[in-house]
Amino acid sequence: MNINDPVNISGLTVRFGSRTAVDRLSLEVPKGSTTGLVGESGSGKSTLARAVAGLLPCRGTVTGVAPGRVQMVFQDPSSSLDPRMSIGDAIAEGTRVPRARRAAEVGRLLELVALPAGYAGKYPRELSGGQCQRVAIARALAAGPELLIADEITSALDVSVQGAVLNLLRELRGELGLTMLFISHNLAVVRYVCDAVAVMRHGRLVESGPVQDVIGAPRHAYTRALLDAVPRLSPAASDTERVRRVR
Amino acid sequence: MRRLPRNPAGLLGAGIVALLVLLALFGPPLWADAAARINPREISQGSSAAHLLGTDALGRDLLARTLTATRLTLGLALLATLIGTATGILLGTLPQVLPRRAGRAVIAAVDLLVAFPALLLAMFTAVVAGLDAQGAVLGIGAALAPAFARLTHTMTASVAGADYIAAARMLGVPRHRVLTRHVLPNIAEPLILNTAQAMGGALLGLSAMSFLGMGVQAPAYDWGRLLNEAFGHVYVTPSAVVAPALAVTLAGLGFMLLGDSFARAAAHTRAPAGGPAAAPAAVPAPDEPAPDTVLEVRDLTVAFPGGTTPVRQVSLTVRAGEILGLVGESGSGKSMTAAAIGQLVPHPGRTGSARIRLGGVDLDGLTASERRRLLGSSLAMVFQDPTSALNPALRVGGQLAEVATLHGGATRTEARDRAVERLDRVRIRHPADTARRHPHELSGGMRQRAVIAMGLMNTPRLIIADEPTTALDVTVQREVLRVLREAVDETRAGALFISHDIAVVGEVCDRIAVMYAGRVVEELPAGALHQARHPYTRALVGSLPDMDTDRSRPLTTIPGRQPAPGDVGEGCAFADRCALATARCATRPELRTRTGTHSVACWEVK
Amino acid sequence: MTALSDTDRGAPPRRSRRLTGRLLARRLLRLAGSLAVLVVASFAMIHLIPGDPLRRMLGSTAPKELVDQRRAELGLDQPLPAQFADHVRQLLSGDLGTSFFSSQPVADIIGQGLPHTLALAALATLTALAVAVPLGLWAAVRTRDGRRRGTETAFTTLTGAAVAVPEYLYGLALLLVLSLGLGLFPPAGLTGPASYVLPVTALAIAPAAMIARLARVETLRELDSDYMRLARAKRLPAWRLYAVHLLPNTLTATLTMGGLLLSGLITGSVLVENVFAWPGLGLRTVEAITQKDYPVAQAMILVYGALVLVVNFLVDLLIDVLDPRSALSASTTSGEG
Repeated sequence: MNINDPVNISGLTVRFGSRTAVDRLSLEVPKGSTTGLVGESGSGKSTLARAVAGLLPCRGTVTGVAPGRVQMVFQDPSSSLDPRMSIGDAIAEGTRVPRARRAAEVGRLLELVALPAGYAGKYPRELSGGQCQRVAIARALAAGPELLIADEITSALDVSVQGAVLNLLRELRGELGLTMLFISHNLAVVRYVCDAVAVMRHGRLVESGPVQDVIGAPRHAYTRALLDAVPRLSPAASDTERVRRVR
Repeated sequence: MRRLPRNPAGLLGAGIVALLVLLALFGPPLWADAAARINPREISQGSSAAHLLGTDALGRDLLARTLTATRLTLGLALLATLIGTATGILLGTLPQVLPRRAGRAVIAAVDLLVAFPALLLAMFTAVVAGLDAQGAVLGIGAALAPAFARLTHTMTASVAGADYIAAARMLGVPRHRVLTRHVLPNIAEPLILNTAQAMGGALLGLSAMSFLGMGVQAPAYDWGRLLNEAFGHVYVTPSAVVAPALAVTLAGLGFMLLGDSFARAAAHTRAPAGGPAAAPAAVPAPDEPAPDTVLEVRDLTVAFPGGTTPVRQVSLTVRAGEILGLVGESGSGKSMTAAAIGQLVPHPGRTGSARIRLGGVDLDGLTASERRRLLGSSLAMVFQDPTSALNPALRVGGQLAEVATLHGGATRTEARDRAVERLDRVRIRHPADTARRHPHELSGGMRQRAVIAMGLMNTPRLIIADEPTTALDVTVQREVLRVLREAVDETRAGALFISHDIAVVGEVCDRIAVMYAGRVVEELPAGALHQARHPYTRALVGSLPDMDTDRSRPLTTIPGRQPAPGDVGEGCAFADRCALATARCATRPELRTRTGTHSVACWEVK
Repeated sequence: MTALSDTDRGAPPRRSRRLTGRLLARRLLRLAGSLAVLVVASFAMIHLIPGDPLRRMLGSTAPKELVDQRRAELGLDQPLPAQFADHVRQLLSGDLGTSFFSSQPVADIIGQGLPHTLALAALATLTALAVAVPLGLWAAVRTRDGRRRGTETAFTTLTGAAVAVPEYLYGLALLLVLSLGLGLFPPAGLTGPASYVLPVTALAIAPAAMIARLARVETLRELDSDYMRLARAKRLPAWRLYAVHLLPNTLTATLTMGGLLLSGLITGSVLVENVFAWPGLGLRTVEAITQKDYPVAQAMILVYGALVLVVNFLVDLLIDVLDPRSALSASTTSGEG
């Protein structure tokens, strides 16, 4: 297996009882790039993420990433950190460095996500939602992931905080060459963060490709419907045009 | 214990339990001799100076016996509690470490056992283990275990569903370490607090067993045994049951009060403290509104006790056929503004305003029943969560129709027909069929449209929509926005549209008011968002990626945090986070009109 | 459960009521399973007793011949599988064995006592519900949004205290004061309608307090929900707000709890029956257990257990009928998206 081989998900199926949440889905995530996964609630995108991360039993194969080298960051900042564990301990749980160098490593990771190293002794309740998400990213990075899955990580954040977290992800990708699967219901956010995008519906892949192709020239009707529904704040749109869009 | 009870009832409980513990420690050495002294001349006596609570059938002093019995009663209860809780916690956590199938079997067994009342389980165990103290302790322990196992399992399962457990699993932390490092520390406190109640239950249960003759046997005695002996002569000397009965009652109460206040501490429900809120002073505003104004709000303030003021002197105007967007981040006071206009501010909040006029009528000038009639017929509200906005127990059609019969004076048939017609108007297919359904049979978008239809039953002058599409998918959001727009256009009602999403607001609204820390900082036409002047509005627009954002440049960010509603200072609330801030910003800038329809509250921009 | 996407709006929405038949079948299956486990447990009881149960029954001084003879009478000398087969066969034919001491058929003992126990439990349940539900609703409406903290404290403390006292102590207190002291009601046995008053009251007080507390908490939660806010925004009159919108939603949880309490109340009656010498099953059960009359004890545990299971089953069904939501949530399989 070459280190530069893409992460290859093929024929992945997840069933809950009689319901098929993800249906024979195949997707390629090139190394060092960010692939966006878009879909509405119930499309199976989060289920897919959990299956790839090994949190759900599934059929199908995932190649190009060693087992246990997938890390994930979740949507809800209040539930993604153990309330009884300090920030430093939470991050240290994933590091693979000797005990003596742990504090230094935690400090390095905190700085990587733009938090002061002194935050290691704090507890999640002392942090804001955006800061919690940064810590969750640091915890995931501590394990040296070959694939990082970000599942709606800005959906629970206020707009101004979301911007800072998105900026951070883009910086990290540049600095660390991260391979990332970025899941969101928000097409505008995906367009901003990702290199490629895949559209899911009813557990299947509807369309995928480079971001400018899928968003610039969507081929599938559902992708077009999704794009159409994105609220726009375009300076070009005149008042009448704007109002007509919702009429 | 970190959280000692502070309320009087909890303190009383703690006091009783402390007294019992002292009695258990020092009772037997002090009174055991008196309790054992047989006196044939004083058999079965009532209360007297020598024997305050009388004597039993062998002439022994009942008070001394009751006091002495405290140690055995409490000791046995403690033992049974330990057996019950230890077994319960073990059973409750087993599913976490066992293979999936075995774990399910344990859960099923616990579910089955929980269904059986404690006394039945205790009697079963006592038959097997023997009719003595040991059998009763085992029996009560066995009876406590299933409930404790269920509690442990429920809490464990809810903690196990948290994302940090998933994160730990992905980091390769082994299952037993996940249990000891993450799960147990998070459920330990409620479990410990619950043992106080379990102890009370064990004590009552053991007393019941001894009372029935299935527990402690003579010559040993606990309170239950004393009751059993006294009850044998209850028709002769009824007073003999009083002492042990009072002791059991007192102990039951003590452990209940203590356990209750512990449970309360665990649930962490504390009401906001502080004295009553002073009604905010209203300043009269003289200017007259335009004639087609449906809503006029002047200097609206909402205050809570303790100095929290989520809404500060907000003034808004909504004209007929217009949607005014109220946008802001969480904590900006936008939803509380909507609640205040709908007269739905939660207790103990107080609303003060110089004027709220709905359809030209001043709400302050109305009696309560006139106000009810006005709001009921001319105000419609749509809330965020479509899953909870409709009453789950009633059919959709009936919930729509009642508005028309109660406020519009329609007959039942008229109201039902109108409900179907309104459902059709919000683009619900098969409206007659839908009207007969319960809300849980409808999808989220349909429910939200049904709520809008409900608002259209009479002739609303104003529709207040509080984050109506936040819980919905984008394609469904588009549908709901369209229905709202159509409703406003057709009925010529005005609408107040509250959202955190500036893009949605920019799309559906005609005008936008931006709120920050309880105040409106900028008001502008929706089409002019890109010409926004207030630094906060500009940062909001810049931090939101849309389909035209330049991907090569970072998004705008705002350092710091919005002050909480209790910590807003005198000056401009945004100054701490603002790049343009100067010394002038220590004084608060008023919202001033810059060009025709554009007002800004900032010293530093034109 | 994932929210249905709106793309299915073309088709008329799915009805969930249809599933009730399947639901009933599932509940029946679970009842049957639980009953089977209960039969095994009550059969196993006598074999779980350490040492020789016959010796425990007859004492260590009894001659060996008598012990062996009794053992043969009870069939305990047979191999275990044969004993179990016999046991099940007898149960199915309505034969619950014979009392060891009175030689009376156990089925007769149960037939005599059961109606009196059921009457006691049913009357106590009805009394508790009739008092508690209005009380809980009233308290919730009075104390909503943290109003009248004094009323709230008094309510929770008093009902809490009422819950903490076990039913047999209420029984003793009522017996001492109202019967032996004031002579208002008969102290023991069943001699007429007046005999019901004290046992029913003793049995109902604690459950009533519990249900009232629960009804208050449930009502408070519902009062805080969006649909109640919306109903208030619609400015409905108070009666409609509370009777039509609120009551059906609070009733479900209250009934669930009431059902759970009812099964506790069935065994609580054992204690109360002993206080008032009530001619029900409870008196005979305690007698059988203390006399080590194992055949009767075994049957009594079986009967009480079955009563509890059947009551829980009926309460579940009642809730299914009353609350359309529970039918839906119970019928969807446990898969989270």
